[in-house]
Parts: sequence; C-alpha cells; structure tokens
Amino acid sequence: MHALEKILARAAGVPAVKAGEIVNAKVDLAEVNDLYLQVLKSFHEMGGTKVHDPNKVTFVLDHYAPAPTIQSAANQKAMREFVWDQGIPHLFDIDAGVCHQVMPEAGLVFPGMLLVATDSHTTTHGAFGAFGTGVGATDLACILLTGELWLRVPEVIKVELTGTLPHGVMAKDVVLHVLGKLKADAAAYKAVEYTGEVVKNLGMAERMVLCNMAVEMGAKTAYIAPDEVTRAYLEPRLGYYPVVPTTDSDYVYVAMHSFDVTDFEPQLAAPHSVDNLVGISEVAGIKVDQAFIGTCTGGRVEDIAVAAEILKGKKISQRTRLVIIPASREVFLTATKLGYVETLIEAGATFSTPGCGPCLGAHQGALAPGEVCVTASSRNFPGRMGSTQAEIYVASPAVCAASALEGKLADPRKYLCKEAATNEY
Amino acid sequence: MSIKGNAFVFGKNIDTDQIYPGRYLELFEPADVAKHAMEGVNSEFTKQVQAGDVIVAATNFGCGSSREHAAITIKHSGVSVVVAESFARIFYRNCINLGVPLLVCPRVSEKVTEGDSVEVNLMTGEVKNLTQGVTLQGEALSAHAMAIIAAGGVKPMFKAKYGQ
Repeated sequence: MHALEKILARAAGVPAVKAGEIVNAKVDLAEVNDLYLQVLKSFHEMGGTKVHDPNKVTFVLDHYAPAPTIQSAANQKAMREFVWDQGIPHLFDIDAGVCHQVMPEAGLVFPGMLLVATDSHTTTHGAFGAFGTGVGATDLACILLTGELWLRVPEVIKVELTGTLPHGVMAKDVVLHVLGKLKADAAAYKAVEYTGEVVKNLGMAERMVLCNMAVEMGAKTAYIAPDEVTRAYLEPRLGYYPVVPTTDSDYVYVAMHSFDVTDFEPQLAAPHSVDNLVGISEVAGIKVDQAFIGTCTGGRVEDIAVAAEILKGKKISQRTRLVIIPASREVFLTATKLGYVETLIEAGATFSTPGCGPCLGAHQGALAPGEVCVTASSRNFPGRMGSTQAEIYVASPAVCAASALEGKLADPRKYLCKEAATNEY
Repeated sequence: MSIKGNAFVFGKNIDTDQIYPGRYLELFEPADVAKHAMEGVNSEFTKQVQAGDVIVAATNFGCGSSREHAAITIKHSGVSVVVAESFARIFYRNCINLGVPLLVCPRVSEKVTEGDSVEVNLMTGEVKNLTQGVTLQGEALSAHAMAIIAAGGVKPMFKAKYGQ
C-alpha cells in the first residue's frame, strides 16, 4: 500500500484499502473557514445540535480577516458563537492568519492524519505526510454530525524532481512548470506525490508550495514522504512525534513523471489559466499595475525574505503597487524581527494583516478592469482577484518583487546574490 | 430519470470563480446566491436561463475552489442537469450532496451547440441532441451517487438518520 492508503485504512478501521474503493473514514481534524456559514446551515438543516467531537474541529477566520462588509462580519459573528456554544477549543480569529499556515504552526497537523477542510488548498498538508483534502460545506457538516466522511481511495501519481534548483528559481517555479506540462486536470480524483533530490533539499515552506499547488492539477491530495526536515519542523510544535506510515516498496503508481529542474528559468502562469505556462524571458517587460505576495501559497517568511533581498535599499516603480500579506501572525512577527518588513515598507510595499487578502477578489487589493497583476498566490482565473477584465500572472515571490521594482514583469535573478544562504525559518 | 432542456455550452476549465465569483461568497441564502450563476463567464446568464435548461461543458468543469456556492447557484438558477466531459472532484461531490444531477459525457461539447434541445437519461447515461439528431453515450452515475440524487441530496438522508 501507499502511505496515503495506509492513512485511509487506519481512518476507516480496516486492514487494507485499494485505489477506487470507497471507504467511510474517521476524520482526525475538520477545519471550517469563514467563507462557509453554509456549513452551519447544512448542519442545522440535517438536524444537528451537537458537534460529534469538538476536539477534532477547528474554525479559522481568514478569508475575510478583518471583515470588510457587514455581511461577512455577521457570518464571522455566527461562527464565533457556534464555536463557543459547542465548546470547540480551536478558534483562530482574524488575528491568526491563513488556515493552511496556522494549523501546522499550532501543532494540529501530523504525519499520518486525515485532515479535511472547506478549502481546496488543503492538499498543502501533504508536505507534512498528512492526507489533506478539500470538501464543500455540506460534506464538512456531515463530519461535524458524524465524525466521518466517505472517500474514494485515490490512485497516486509520482512526480520526481531531479537536478539542482538554479539560483533565483523557487519551488513555485517548479510546480508551475509541472502543472503547465501535465495540465490543470492531470490529477483529477488522484493524489500527487513529489519525490527526488530537489524535494529532499527543500525546506518545509517550499514543500508546502509544491503540495498546495497540486490542487491546480485537480489533485485530491498531495504527499511528500516525511524525513528529518519534517520532523525538525513538527516535533517542537507537536511536543511528540508519531509513527509515520511509509509506502511499501512494491506499490504501483498509476503514472510517473520526471522533471530535471537544472535549466529552469523563473516560470509563470499567464492569463487566464494556471496551466498556461510561460518562462520569464517570454513575458518580461509587460507592464504591471500590482504585485501581490501572500496567501497559503506565497506568504511565508521565505517569500517575504526573498522580496526583501531584492528590494533592500531600492524603491518600487511609482506606477506599481506592491501588496504584501504575511500568511500568519507568526510569519508577520518573524519577518518583522528579521527587519524584512521595515525594508519592504521603505521600498514602498503596502502591508495588510495576516489572511487570504485579494486572492479571492473580495478585499485588500482588488483589481480594476484593464489592470495587470503578478501574484505569488495560486490562481489566475478570470475575475479571481476582482474584475474579469484584469489579467493575472501567477509567479514566484521573487518574480513579484522584481516586477514591482521595474513596474513590469521582470527576471529576479539579476537582483539576487548568488552566495546568499538558504535559510529555514 | 430523464431530463430535457435547452443547452448553454461552455469550454474547458470553467472554474468556480466563473461559476460564482468570489466577491459574492459572503451570501448564503439560495435565492441571493442564484442571482450570480455563471456571472464570471456570461454576465447575462441569469437573464437568459429558463427552468429546465442544461449546462454542457468540456473538461474539468468546476475546477478551483471548494465553494459550495457553485453548486447552490446552479441548482437554484433553474438548470436541471450539468453534462461535461469531466468534472473537478470537489464540485462533483458538492453537486451530488445537494442533489444536483450531473453526468460525464465524452465529446459532448463538440456535439452540442448553444440552444440545442438536449435530453439526458441519468440512469443509462444517454445524452440525445434532439436538435441535431445525435445520440451520445455518457457514463451513468454510480449507484451511490444516484441514491443520493434520488433522495434529493445528503441532507434529507442524514436528517432521517441522525437528526434529533
């Protein structure tokens, strides 16, 4: 069995499962975000009164943090009251940050767990060896009611990343390349596992980027086998370290793809699809109105650090905005202590408090018709960040910072010191 | 279970932001959510759609976010069934859970033109283009999915089983 199958078998209370089988699995943690008042509505519509196990539920108020409208404020109010009434211990309010960052930081994510959330980017937690998957509101309400969810055991696609990551090229560039080649529905209903020497040498932040973006290939979940890097991140946060399920040597993958990253240049997804792959050399010079660094994809300390390195002592273009939103309070504090926030504000960046920001087009940097945005977030669908007449390029945070500096899509490599150490925060 | 209506035809990778733009995510009453169906790809859709109409699309319909609003807006816009060459998984689950009929049918977007009269049989998976006289074979829904749709979604099923 694959490690992911072992997770589902354990959660379903059976010795073994195989791809295609439907199992009823006990969920270790169910997370609800503030877009989903519908979860509570569905829960009540199904006759629910008490949550099955409040300790296995968490609410994260991140998409509208802080509330931009009366309606979103009312929705958050209803959620807080539900959390308090039900005795749910884990509420991450508008001060905390994006769910996929705050849950691992808080020690709620561990290898071998089944994590289900009302967010498609729940695949992120594969970076920790968890089975993380996104569902809609009514599925989540079913978990609140019963503690369980039916799941089809997915086939697993192996993506091997070989070679050496070139200077100025990040995990974001790699995953944009992979999904540009495999296309936006390549992994529908399936899981994606990343392996290879490139993955082994990545820190947790970059591994989270690979798994986060797997959903842009349609993946149900993503996976990276936990190693010492995983353990070093998780053990202090968990206060223990669990037995980690491993993949059997005779497991057969449904497909295998290999990419040598050695000659990669920075990669982008051009409007209006995540698999519309271009290299920076093909699009450099296109005028940019807004650059955005943030979200569960591109708002970690490493992302803010690379922007600070590019922009230290410089000023961004007068005709371009640079919006930066740290993914969590912990990220914001660390970036502040390390001086990155000061550097970036001096360079002309606009900071907002931790949350999803303009990624969902609701607030904190929406785009006007005709504007062009380069973003470290995950999606460039029409209208994703505001007007359907705006154009969005998805890129690495380094490309976003360099583009803010020049006021046009730009190659970050010329601004980055080749000798700079790669730090893990 | 046979459904007949006029087709609205869309391309591939119609994401949930096109089905239901993010700026309306704070809404939750079905009647309010229904006012913005397909607005990100066709801002006139809610004015044009008639009760019973059919959405036809190419591959990966419903990709992107997990928002259940995408299934709710289609359900309450009057659309009777969604037929696509493939669906994204969260959208697919959401539709089944809410009792929104859908069907996978290879090449359907090539064989149906906007406005064609289409008849869909959920039990057999057969899709008939009555305007062009073409019959396509889609994939019949699984027994598991069919039972949920026949019950009107998971809510009535769970209410009967767990409701207090």
